[in-house]
Amino acid sequence: MSLLAIEKLSLKIGSLPILRDIDLSIAPGEVLGLVGESGSGKSMTALAIMQLAPASARAKGRITFDGTDILGASEQQMCALRGDDIGMIFQEPMTALNPVKTIGEQVAEGIRWHTRASRAEAEERAKKILDRVGLPEQKFALSRYPHELSGGQRQRVAIAIACALKPKLLIADEPTTALDVVLQAQILDLLKELVSENKMSLLFISHDLAVVTDMADRITILRQGTVIATGDTAQTLSEANHPYTRQLALASTHVPARVKPHVDNTGADNLLEVSNITREYPGRRRSLFSRSEPVRAVDNVSLTMKPGASVALVGRSGCGKSTLARMILALDTPTSGAIKFRGMSITGRSEADLKPARRNMQVVFQDPYGSFDPRHTVERLVAEPLHLLERRPDRKERRNMVARALHEVGLSRSDMEKYPHEFSGGQRQRLSIARAIITRPKLIVADEPVSALDVSIRAQILDLFAELNHKLGVAYLFITHDLTVARAITDDVLIMHEGRIVERGKTAQVLDQPTSEAAQALVSAAPDLHRAIARRLQEQG
Amino acid sequence: MSDAAPHREETFGDLVGRALANRSFVIGLFITLVVAGMALVSFFWTPFDVTRLIVADRMQPPSAAHWFGTDHFGRDVLSMIMLGARNSIAVALVAVVIGMGIGVPLGCWAAARGGWIDEALMRFNDVVFAFPALLSAIMITAVFGPSAVNAIIAIGIFNIPVFARVARAGALSIWPREYILAARAAGKNKTRITIEHILPNIANLLLVQGTIQFALGILAEAALSYVGLGTQPPMPSWGRMLFDAQTLMMVAPWLALFPGCAILLTVLGLNLLGDGISDIFDPRARRRI
Amino acid sequence: MTAYLLKRLLIGMVTLGVASVVVFLMLEVVPGDPARLMLGMNASDAQVELLRDQMGLNQPLVVRYLTWAGGLLSLDFGKSYTYSVPVIDLIKERLVVSFPLAIIALTLSTLIAIPVGLFAAARRGKAADTAAMAVAQVGVAMPNFWFALLLVYVFAVWLRLVPAGGFPGWGNGVWPALKALILPAMALALPQAAILARVTRAALIEVLSEDYIRTARAKGMPMRAVLWRHALRNAMIPVLTIMGLQFAFLLAGTIIIENVFYLPGLGRLVFQAITQRDLIVVESVVMLLVAAVVVVNLLVDLSYAVVDPRLRTRQ
Repeated sequence: MSLLAIEKLSLKIGSLPILRDIDLSIAPGEVLGLVGESGSGKSMTALAIMQLAPASARAKGRITFDGTDILGASEQQMCALRGDDIGMIFQEPMTALNPVKTIGEQVAEGIRWHTRASRAEAEERAKKILDRVGLPEQKFALSRYPHELSGGQRQRVAIAIACALKPKLLIADEPTTALDVVLQAQILDLLKELVSENKMSLLFISHDLAVVTDMADRITILRQGTVIATGDTAQTLSEANHPYTRQLALASTHVPARVKPHVDNTGADNLLEVSNITREYPGRRRSLFSRSEPVRAVDNVSLTMKPGASVALVGRSGCGKSTLARMILALDTPTSGAIKFRGMSITGRSEADLKPARRNMQVVFQDPYGSFDPRHTVERLVAEPLHLLERRPDRKERRNMVARALHEVGLSRSDMEKYPHEFSGGQRQRLSIARAIITRPKLIVADEPVSALDVSIRAQILDLFAELNHKLGVAYLFITHDLTVARAITDDVLIMHEGRIVERGKTAQVLDQPTSEAAQALVSAAPDLHRAIARRLQEQG
Repeated sequence: MSDAAPHREETFGDLVGRALANRSFVIGLFITLVVAGMALVSFFWTPFDVTRLIVADRMQPPSAAHWFGTDHFGRDVLSMIMLGARNSIAVALVAVVIGMGIGVPLGCWAAARGGWIDEALMRFNDVVFAFPALLSAIMITAVFGPSAVNAIIAIGIFNIPVFARVARAGALSIWPREYILAARAAGKNKTRITIEHILPNIANLLLVQGTIQFALGILAEAALSYVGLGTQPPMPSWGRMLFDAQTLMMVAPWLALFPGCAILLTVLGLNLLGDGISDIFDPRARRRI
Repeated sequence: MTAYLLKRLLIGMVTLGVASVVVFLMLEVVPGDPARLMLGMNASDAQVELLRDQMGLNQPLVVRYLTWAGGLLSLDFGKSYTYSVPVIDLIKERLVVSFPLAIIALTLSTLIAIPVGLFAAARRGKAADTAAMAVAQVGVAMPNFWFALLLVYVFAVWLRLVPAGGFPGWGNGVWPALKALILPAMALALPQAAILARVTRAALIEVLSEDYIRTARAKGMPMRAVLWRHALRNAMIPVLTIMGLQFAFLLAGTIIIENVFYLPGLGRLVFQAITQRDLIVVESVVMLLVAAVVVVNLLVDLSYAVVDPRLRTRQ
């Protein structure tokens, strides 16, 4: 007898079909992983179970939870179920909590609402559950406000809210996607413990196959609103009967075929020399006249890069890696220290003096949606760096250069007249790369260039990076928190922790045998599909 | 996590389609065009000549000859309202141009430079905002003499910080975007980025604020004329007409009704238009008043 | 939080300082000699010169400014040119009308706007919401002095419920005085209430799309409870901002409205002073109103800190 059974669930928003004949079931105490790429309808499935889908959504089919027909239930009945029998955790911890209420109030609120407990009783229970999720009262008083907590801590509060009444079913919708790998591992462990302690069922939604494999007994794979495969996690993934399952699994572990750079660069001059740079930000204002100690985002960092090299800069979120990248790109000025690019110092130069350096140094950002002005055509966007050239190309030359860059990243000349919104995320990242290579730079700084992409697209973009590295001899500085990416595409790695570089070396070697504590934490927390499947198979014998 | 359907944003065709489907926009545009048309027509033709006072026709209630009746000098109220529209629009429009022309560059500059320049501009804004606008307009026209030109200047000055604030807030929300970083990495300076990327992306905000300030300008001009500090007779103005009507309200209520309706409709039309524009460009953005 | 409030206080004081310079300079450039004005056209040049000396008008600009600004701090605004009585007395006499009027109007506006905004937001997209917002849209477009005329016509001329204008003074009992203020307060309050209701609704709807609202609903709280317990307080921040701005608007509005209803308030005082070129009175009233706006903005800043815990710890 399953706790939750979804039969032939179809859902439309307006006239747009989101889900088509979904079947899904969860037994008491079971963990079901719901996997899919963006737009596959996994979040909408969760919201349909809670009856929290947008008002314009129309659902058909049947959802039965513990004997209750959810689609037929009144709002009053649903209110009794939500928070009491079904708890839910969302993706974004930074916005999931009400900023003007204390964490104590927010945890106790649901308890009071459902159990009619007194304020004191509810607070007592809130204290207990917060303690259980790793926020002991001595350090995290109930009177704290969300903004006083970090992202990981806020997600713990959200878990406390969802689990306060020991629901029969817990729904976790991408609960760790917004967190870095180390935090992710901690939150996943906490979820596992809570589920087994309270004998809860868990519907675990994620785009990350490795994470789901680690968590779920059974798995359901969604694609464009339909179920592709469902069954025992290890079996489904190792057998991979459906081509999409196979594609998903392969893409998750994809390593681009890399030809060694065509130039031997061991004797060459350094392309980039960063010596002892530090970037401080003014501390918080404590009163009108005094500030606390300045915050060191980057602390005495030195590094060098050879032409054509591919280097990963890896670290947890907030470790200063993006700040470092911006200083290398001369978009931010170091408080002290020097940066030399192709032998020329780029710190404290005017924009005009920087032109030759900028020509040879371009950037690819993380967000394929935010990195283009929505009001410009592709031609204008990709051509933007051309004005760095010594001699301005005329219109015809310009069009040819744009066309060539587009061709090199796998897009066509006819894309030139389009606007960015006409492209998908992966195509936009290609545009981003086209813009970066149009001036034939010697260095591309890529800030998390694939972390916003679905796995199958991610694999294609990584291939493109690898190919351009070989073809154009361009060097990469890859900023990432994702070790799979670092391993796939770089030769050397720098591990950054709290503003300092704590370990450096050959990528394979550092990631296989990390010596620093920070690197070890990153490596052990990183989800790995092969390891996860192997472990599951082993457990099952 | 996205590689599904391309993000649908507006193409020009979509925009026109959405505009025509937007009730606020259509009604607002219609009213605004009618009022503007009335003002334009008044340059060539009005039903009656308002410079000629015909005592025999004084205080006539609305009739077939005088749709909106006549005033205590026998002037045709409809004709006066048409001329008043011209006057109201001119004052409010020029005041908006003054406010935009000075405020927008200031706001963009503050957002681009940041630091003490930004701080100084914001403090300057605080000072201007501390003067109740209408009170200060009264003071300015009182000091420099009541006239339409001084009314324009008085209203225009108070538009400056409004546009500066909107432009600055809009620009500040655009500056951290990655495409601005990309433009900077392409070596473009701040002026160029402001012109190429910031202004086009805050244009809709400015347009919406423009309609709001236009509407407020019409209200302010009416209020100033009502207390005798705006447009001076014999040029008809809606505010002045209401002042004249006040003492005659017992005997000739239409004198107060029609100019008031003219103001109400014009302001309503502009506000609806502004609402419509902001909905069309960004259905999610809630309008600030 | 103290740092935040101190900073706001400092800004308020600087604002007042700058405002006083602006007002002072503005009235400096006005043509006409106050001394001659006070003495009338028949006075001899020698008499005028004597009075100019007495009034300190022959002193350098900076000295005159400092004397005037120093006077402001001790509530000594100088003497009216036309009435020859201390300006502060004139203001006090008028303030008993204008201050209650502004307060009643602000209260009325808030009491109407916030429930209407809540009501409309809770029924977003339904007929009741559309109707309420259509009325609000008209209210926003309504010139308050014209609305005042309509109110007079309906309630005073037609229904004869309240007087059409004038003010009996507080000495003759509170009720007659209040009765005289009802229509002016409504004329001031309703257009402002329309704006505030729209802001309240928009702020609530914005807040209702936030993630934490979904969290609260996932706890099992019905929409009504979520609206009251979670949305309202977050939506108060923009509402307070607008209320602060509206206060300045209301003050200016009183000046116009007092003229419609022949109320002997600050507005009438200003207009009389303007027509009689009694500039020191104009200066003083303007400074008083600017000070009121600054104080209200400080209160708004203070209430931000009460509503939003992030402000209490930030900075």
